[in-house]
Amino acid sequence: MLTLTLNHFLVLGAILFCVGLYGALAKGHAVAVLMGIELMLNSVNITLVGFARFLAPDQLLGQVFAVFVITAAAAEAAVGLAIVLVVYRQRRTVNVEEVDLLKW
Amino acid sequence: MNLALLNPEIALVVLALFVFALDLVWSNKRGIGYVTIAGLAGVAALVAGQFGLNTTSFSGALIVDNFAVFFNLLFLGAAALVVLAALQYGEQFLHWRGEFYGVLLFATFGMMFMASSGDLIAIYVALETASISLYVLAGFRKHDPASGEAALKYLLLGALASAVLLYGMALLYGLTGSTNLAAIGQQIAGQAGQPVTLLAMTLVICGLGFKVAAVPFQMWAPDVYQGAPTPVTAFLSVASKASGFAVLLRLTTSALGPLQSDWQAIFTALAVVTMTVGNLAAIPQHNIKRLMGYSSIAMAGYLLVGMAALAAGGAPSILLFLAAYTVTNLGAFAAIIAFSNATGSDEIDDYSGLASRSPLLALGFGFCLFSLIGIPPLAGFFGKFYVFAEAVNRGLIWLAVVALLNSAVSVFYYLRVVKVMYLNPARDTSPVNVPPSLAVALAVTAIGVVVVGVGIGPIMDTAVAAAQVLR
Repeated sequence: MLTLTLNHFLVLGAILFCVGLYGALAKGHAVAVLMGIELMLNSVNITLVGFARFLAPDQLLGQVFAVFVITAAAAEAAVGLAIVLVVYRQRRTVNVEEVDLLKW
Repeated sequence: MNLALLNPEIALVVLALFVFALDLVWSNKRGIGYVTIAGLAGVAALVAGQFGLNTTSFSGALIVDNFAVFFNLLFLGAAALVVLAALQYGEQFLHWRGEFYGVLLFATFGMMFMASSGDLIAIYVALETASISLYVLAGFRKHDPASGEAALKYLLLGALASAVLLYGMALLYGLTGSTNLAAIGQQIAGQAGQPVTLLAMTLVICGLGFKVAAVPFQMWAPDVYQGAPTPVTAFLSVASKASGFAVLLRLTTSALGPLQSDWQAIFTALAVVTMTVGNLAAIPQHNIKRLMGYSSIAMAGYLLVGMAALAAGGAPSILLFLAAYTVTNLGAFAAIIAFSNATGSDEIDDYSGLASRSPLLALGFGFCLFSLIGIPPLAGFFGKFYVFAEAVNRGLIWLAVVALLNSAVSVFYYLRVVKVMYLNPARDTSPVNVPPSLAVALAVTAIGVVVVGVGIGPIMDTAVAAAQVLR
């Protein structure tokens, strides 16, 4: 029977971080980029919670950090989607390749 | 836990909420601006009262020391000058001013906490508070596609940088079992040399490198500087950069102190590419805001020279540079705002013959440009002088030479603007009308540029006192 160790959490976190980073850099659609960034933030949360569970189970430091990350990510997503909407109204596109009024 | 230590921050949030409420019931938007400036002065007085306190609270998450006081005064002063410059920023450029001032105050609030945080969680939350407010501010002209585009680029790249920073912080927490900077500093010495320690440090520096617009994380800066409303550009270029360096200074001296040789190498490399790319890319620019964007990247490069040379007692030169740069850049942007108010243009060619159209405006702008070049006895000279001297003292003579060569390159593009203003014939001879609040902002900063330069002694003493708490 497989027992979960800290390494499982760290490897999962690292893989998710790379997947998210790839998505954020390779996708053209602004919302898809935001989704990639959310994935990166969640990989951070997995890493934090994994560390907290295995290194200091009696403290809640890592979990508290993760809760703050979730909160800030929600605020960021709210502002982000609002900005995406504004840009869509102005340009009729939110493809980051096509938003090129200013030299990228 | 000592809640009284938070008085300035609490006062600032109350002020921000009051400004939002006032915006609903009072149609005199200029009046709201004056209320904001008065409130900022009050908060600054509270902050100044904390000078010399040097204490921590909330289990070390909040540090109230001279370093924090120095930076908080810098942020509050910058915010007040930006509000002053925005007061009469053309009606056609900026709507919803009450909300604008409110969001600006929240950004300032986040920056104040960035300078006084002693804990990774607090740093992250403070950084996000400032960043999210700045995303909103960058896109404040919501009928202008350039402003929306600036906000989108800033948001996407900023959020990416936050995620990278966070991953580094998570690894630091895993390595040391703590999020407190001082505790991390004690633990990490035993982990030095491990690849994962270097990875964590690199990720954190990359994330913060974005905030200060260091190459190769600078691609957002010129676009955002050009597209954002000009007062926001002014605020971004000084306060946002200063807050990034505040966090970098705290992190490197306390949490990453044992890894000094490692981060010194990273900062040296970043400094060289940042200075060079910023200065070379600034040369062909024809939009003044974009030029200032590249100029601010170059300034980040000089500051990184200071970070590379950061040894015991090396921080005052960075603080001094930041203070001089804040005054100078805000003055330059006040002039840019005044010009675009009257003419609706940010193109350098349109500045032709400004000296004959509006001599005082050209003189004030010229002062600031000379200070950016680093002509003695203006503020910018002493900023550069102390940073470069610190590099020489630390044996990084070649780095100081690279910085000096870069400074020489920068003379070209700054002087080109001066030349356009003074030597090119005016195409349109009508005088440029400078509204009173902008004239005050420009006068205050132009005088500041001279005073900081001439009266460098007391300011250096303050910077030394502020940097003393960093070991």
